[in-house]
Amino acid sequence: MKFLTEYRDVEAAQRLAADIGRIVTRPWAIMEVCGGQTHSIIRNGIDQLLPEGVEMIHGPGCPVCVTPLEMIDRALAIAARPEVIFCSFGDMLRVPGSRDNLFKVKGAGGDVRVVYSPLDALKLARQNPDREVVFLAIGFETTAPANAMAVKLAHEQGLRNFSALVSHVLVPPAIRAIMRSPGNRVQAFLAAGHVCSVMGSWQYPPIADEFRVPIVITGFEPLDLLEGIRRTVLQLENGRAEVENAYPRVVTEQGNVVAQDVIERVFEPTDRAWRGIGVIPASGWKLRDAYRDFDAELKFNVSGIKTSESPLCRSGDVLRGVLKPHQCPAFGKECTPRNPLGATMVSSEGACAAYYNYGRIVQINACRLDDGQCVVPHITPSAP
Amino acid sequence: MCLAVPGQVETVYEENGARMGRVNFGGVVKNVCLAYLPDIGVGDYTIVHVGFAISKIDEASAQETLRTFAELGLLDEELAELRATDPHATDTGTVL
Amino acid sequence: MTDIRPAIDFANFTCPLPLRDYPHVILGHGGGGALSRELIENVFLPAFRNPLLDRLGDSAVVTVDGARLAFSTDSYVVRPLFFPGGSIGDLAVNGTVNDLAMSGARPLFLSAGFIIEEGFPISQLAAIAGQMAAAAREAGVVIVTGDTKVVERGHGDGCYINTSGIGVVAADVLLGSQPIQPGDAVIVSGTIGDHGMAIMSVREGLEFDAPISSDTAALHVLVAAMLAVCPEIRLLRDPTRGGVATSLNEIASLAACGIEIDEARVPVTPVVASACEILGLDPLLVANEGKLLAIVPGDAAADLIAVMRADRRGQRAEIIGRVIAGHPGMVVMKTPFGAMRVVPMPIGEHLPRIC
Repeated sequence: MKFLTEYRDVEAAQRLAADIGRIVTRPWAIMEVCGGQTHSIIRNGIDQLLPEGVEMIHGPGCPVCVTPLEMIDRALAIAARPEVIFCSFGDMLRVPGSRDNLFKVKGAGGDVRVVYSPLDALKLARQNPDREVVFLAIGFETTAPANAMAVKLAHEQGLRNFSALVSHVLVPPAIRAIMRSPGNRVQAFLAAGHVCSVMGSWQYPPIADEFRVPIVITGFEPLDLLEGIRRTVLQLENGRAEVENAYPRVVTEQGNVVAQDVIERVFEPTDRAWRGIGVIPASGWKLRDAYRDFDAELKFNVSGIKTSESPLCRSGDVLRGVLKPHQCPAFGKECTPRNPLGATMVSSEGACAAYYNYGRIVQINACRLDDGQCVVPHITPSAP
Repeated sequence: MCLAVPGQVETVYEENGARMGRVNFGGVVKNVCLAYLPDIGVGDYTIVHVGFAISKIDEASAQETLRTFAELGLLDEELAELRATDPHATDTGTVL
Repeated sequence: MTDIRPAIDFANFTCPLPLRDYPHVILGHGGGGALSRELIENVFLPAFRNPLLDRLGDSAVVTVDGARLAFSTDSYVVRPLFFPGGSIGDLAVNGTVNDLAMSGARPLFLSAGFIIEEGFPISQLAAIAGQMAAAAREAGVVIVTGDTKVVERGHGDGCYINTSGIGVVAADVLLGSQPIQPGDAVIVSGTIGDHGMAIMSVREGLEFDAPISSDTAALHVLVAAMLAVCPEIRLLRDPTRGGVATSLNEIASLAACGIEIDEARVPVTPVVASACEILGLDPLLVANEGKLLAIVPGDAAADLIAVMRADRRGQRAEIIGRVIAGHPGMVVMKTPFGAMRVVPMPIGEHLPRIC
């Protein structure tokens, strides 16, 4: 595929990794914010190519993982209603709420449908005038243009049976919160390339200045990631703290102004609770008053839900980069992809799931290098 | 997050008041909403996320990036040769 | 949306591992992965327990009056019914023929049971029957018995088919008696992900320059050729639902060995790869209907590949990996970047991701 395969060239990857090896003189901790970058890093083993001392800390860049528990429980309550066709992206279906997940609600008779695009949900609303179509509008800034357009079109076309349950989260406030949190070890950030293709890079210089951290806007393919890391390490080694664009074929300084316009018209900032982390002020988007008729939170009275998170789940610590998944006591025991305690084990991009599915072999090899006592549980497919 | 894939615009049309396009992703063709890229046209490449084109791919920039990767190796070799002859050669790093 | 109500009596349930977290069947239970396994192990095995069933092979090989027969059953609930490269009818014949072939049997007779929804067009039913007949002729099997039921409109999703099959396992076939061991090679008979993506493409409204066709095909002739050149083949498996990842994980678990595969050697057609990219799917988890995996003695692999590539069903056969002693029960894959990553057993349905 053009503009994809070229950025997977193995030889070029090895040369980039070698260059990083030449530049680095001391340990650095870099956080990639975006879950898609986490997925690509671990799936391709990019972290295994990096020299000793360059540590990638996996950030809370997975909207599936950080959607607040309350929102999930609300979604489940709405999806269980007989008049509702509940539409969601595939990633959300197994995220555990306090008691259930969307798959179980579907199993019990709820009409839950996976959609590829919010426009599919709009189409369902047009085709089913006697049903209430609700779309779970989650995501970072990348997904906001699509979700905003769906609500805007519903409004223009008078589709009264369509509504969105909105839980957007924003990257810049998350970066600020991470830098301010006690025990933070992150020294630089790879900013999310596709978030920036929408929002531009203009939001980041103030953050780089305030916290003296390099921020390098990075893509998702192996070469893009290695280049982003390379430029980050170069800045760190040279004591610089600037915003750089390592994904110029897609990202511009101003971003997609048309999209930002529509987002601005449909959404407004709000405080948002990030699952496992807590409330980060002004870190989310919600529907503006003009679109209240399309707001599923207002349309369906599902307040008064008592949420309960598993006491064993350490997703929050993992999301803040304070704990590596395999260091969590529940990892691989009470918590597995089959029985996830928290969202980071469910999402294909959650750090816990990535470690479990892709990274286990590294831990198993690593722990065998110790005194032979393997602290990582050996997991067979049939184990509970 | 943000699984967004590059594809080439093959045709542009209108549907339900929105500007749409048929986009070819390495042999797979899908209908995509082009409302956010009013200047994009047939033959252009774009990044598509959940059915929406969100950015046009700057082909010149893409080539430049690939060229940088290709030259990286050459610089390595040159530097190695340089070091072999002059132990005081400085590391200038690569072009930012 | 069909409403599936499990017809079991929880009061007489003796399984020590109750279905504590999934009181209702979910779609994932049919995905072929870990959830499917759990459903079988928690509900059906305890109820039907016997040594033949416990092996949980694709087909059972039973001995009757000294002769070995392979016996298999499969149900076909695919949506859409008609897709590029075939229909539910082709799957219904080839799928069961292949289950028999994986035991080294010569497939002979099939039964065909139909559950048809009230209102289903007879013309479509005739088309399906025609395709089944053609597939049966192609495979050299005869449909000798069957059944038809009609259910009320709103149930049955158009048409469901079950086929069962019997084949003969010749006395000199050793398949099934050779233990898998470290050093064995892992072979795949051709490109993966074709069938699943052909289905997905219809569901997601994708179009193609060169369409993705289902690879539905009968493999028993290929299997016979393989056994002729290497009777010591350890195991054959057709990676249907759950894809290659599921089959390899099952094999690793069965053999109590590890499996290591090389991503660069796994054959995927470019258009299937592209389709997987845009839907966020992994080809290793996508269903196949005309491919097999073979675990073979390491030193026989090269000869086998040559024989397979000479057969029209094995033209893209590749050695993709090997069985190793390390990390038993786990499947790992070497990425093109030299890193090793685990290929996990899929849980349930493989869902497209946005992230």
